[in-house]
Amino acid sequence: MSTQLSVKKVKTAGRPKSPKILLLLLLPGLFYLGLFFITPFASLITTSLQAPVPGGGIGRYQPGLEFGNYVFVVTEYFDQIVRSFVYATLATLLALVISYPIAYFIGVKARNKPVLQALLLTLVIAPFFISFLLRTFAWKQVFSQNAFLSTALRDLGLMADNEFLLGSSFVVVFGLTYNFIPFMTLPLYTNLERLDTALLEAGSDLYAKPTSTFWKVTFPLSIPGITSGTLLTFIPIAGDYVTASGNFLGSPNTSMLGNVIEANFITIQDFPSASALSVLLMAAIVVMVSVYIRRTGTEDLL
Amino acid sequence: MNKFSLGKYLLPTYISLAFIFLMFPIGYTFVFSFNDPFKNTPGWQGFTFDNWTGVCNNEAVCEAFGNSILIAVTATIVSTILGTMLAIAVTRYEFKFRSATNLLLFLPLATPEVVMGAGLAAQFFNVGIPRGIGTVIFGHILFTLSFVVVTVKARIATLDPKLEEAGRDLYASPTQVFMKITFPLLLPGIMAAALLSLALSFDDYIVTAFNSGTEITFPKYVYAAALRGIPPEANVVGSAVFIFAIALVLVFQLGGALKRKRIAKLAK
Repeated sequence: MSTQLSVKKVKTAGRPKSPKILLLLLLPGLFYLGLFFITPFASLITTSLQAPVPGGGIGRYQPGLEFGNYVFVVTEYFDQIVRSFVYATLATLLALVISYPIAYFIGVKARNKPVLQALLLTLVIAPFFISFLLRTFAWKQVFSQNAFLSTALRDLGLMADNEFLLGSSFVVVFGLTYNFIPFMTLPLYTNLERLDTALLEAGSDLYAKPTSTFWKVTFPLSIPGITSGTLLTFIPIAGDYVTASGNFLGSPNTSMLGNVIEANFITIQDFPSASALSVLLMAAIVVMVSVYIRRTGTEDLL
Repeated sequence: MNKFSLGKYLLPTYISLAFIFLMFPIGYTFVFSFNDPFKNTPGWQGFTFDNWTGVCNNEAVCEAFGNSILIAVTATIVSTILGTMLAIAVTRYEFKFRSATNLLLFLPLATPEVVMGAGLAAQFFNVGIPRGIGTVIFGHILFTLSFVVVTVKARIATLDPKLEEAGRDLYASPTQVFMKITFPLLLPGIMAAALLSLALSFDDYIVTAFNSGTEITFPKYVYAAALRGIPPEANVVGSAVFIFAIALVLVFQLGGALKRKRIAKLAK
């Protein structure tokens, strides 16, 4: 591939540059991605087709073409696969609803107050700087059996003594939503920050109600932000296994695709099943992303 | 009239509530870093500074923290250098496989960590490389690389090409143009990318869990501890890292905001 690189002048970049420098800039990074991104993925595909070594015991597999592994994982883990996509969809929608007003406020309302804007933006990304696991653990304490919330719900008769908040779908979706809100707010903010407020004034000049100005002007213009926000939120949620794990907010009844992959790979050592599930998850995401790329072009995202 | 005031106060009220919600776990971690860990009973046991002054009395936390710092710093140095080079290549040069390269650089961002972690682990297993700190570093370079590329690319997009042209017009060599003009202008973007990469690497659990073998990192320690209860020393580490990172970000952000304000004033 590298021998065919041809260098042309880029409009904004001044004069043509030497192909040697280009190769020097590109090759180390591309080599790294080849070695640690492309070939591992090939490894996943070959591992997903491996067959057990006859009489070999736990964790012993040999190369094979066991396409049946895929049928097995889909039937065996159907519930977890469906649950992952349902949870990820719910949490992504919730994150969108919660984030939109925040992004709008920072990007549009606070536009003329740079210090307030910078402060609020810092607060949006603040959760990134405290451990993801510690954050999730804080919610675990809030929802735990002897904490205020659970006792209050029981005293009010809204929850039976043998019911638990922890380990329920509700709490897992809550945790997923919380953990990934910044991934939604930031792209929305980037988009709304560029919203031309003259368009909103034009709307009100033409006697449009604020709500119809919102649905006819602001919302359609923010669709690119919504699309990248939903992708950036949905993808990590679909693969997350911390929030839904029994150590944090979940239980066996809430386990997701990530929990199954982790259990198969690390605990059960059923590498082919773990790999087959990973390949399926990746395939689903590649389909989603390519639909997105077809609509917007890659340059938008990167 | 009534509706007008509702609209006026509704959004700020919502924003305040939303930020309380967003900040709650941070506050929780901070408060519980001062908890007196009496007999390891859960809940608030009393206020003490002991956890802060004696973090390393909990050797496991301290060792895990050290490993995490070592991994994050090494991975960040490598990924910042590789990522900056890639970002310059794809924005400043046009070549045959540019869109394919962009796609390849984007794909790791679209890959769930569990897939990345399992893929790397499968490869290390197949090749027979024992898992440990080194394999974790390889994994962290991988997932931070694309974030560096995106961040530095965004910075390059805001550069005024006229500045470099001016340099060339004044007979600066390409190296001089890069060192005296391009690089200093890119530096804030590179710093932001490095900070992001540090934060992502330090916080990573999933890729680490698949590739660390028996080595313990800070997130791995917290994950295991979460089953019974997190010792206050872990909250101290979390809070201290948070304060350090947020101070850096505030300096960057507020510095930028004040600069814009000054420029706006000058423009008037």
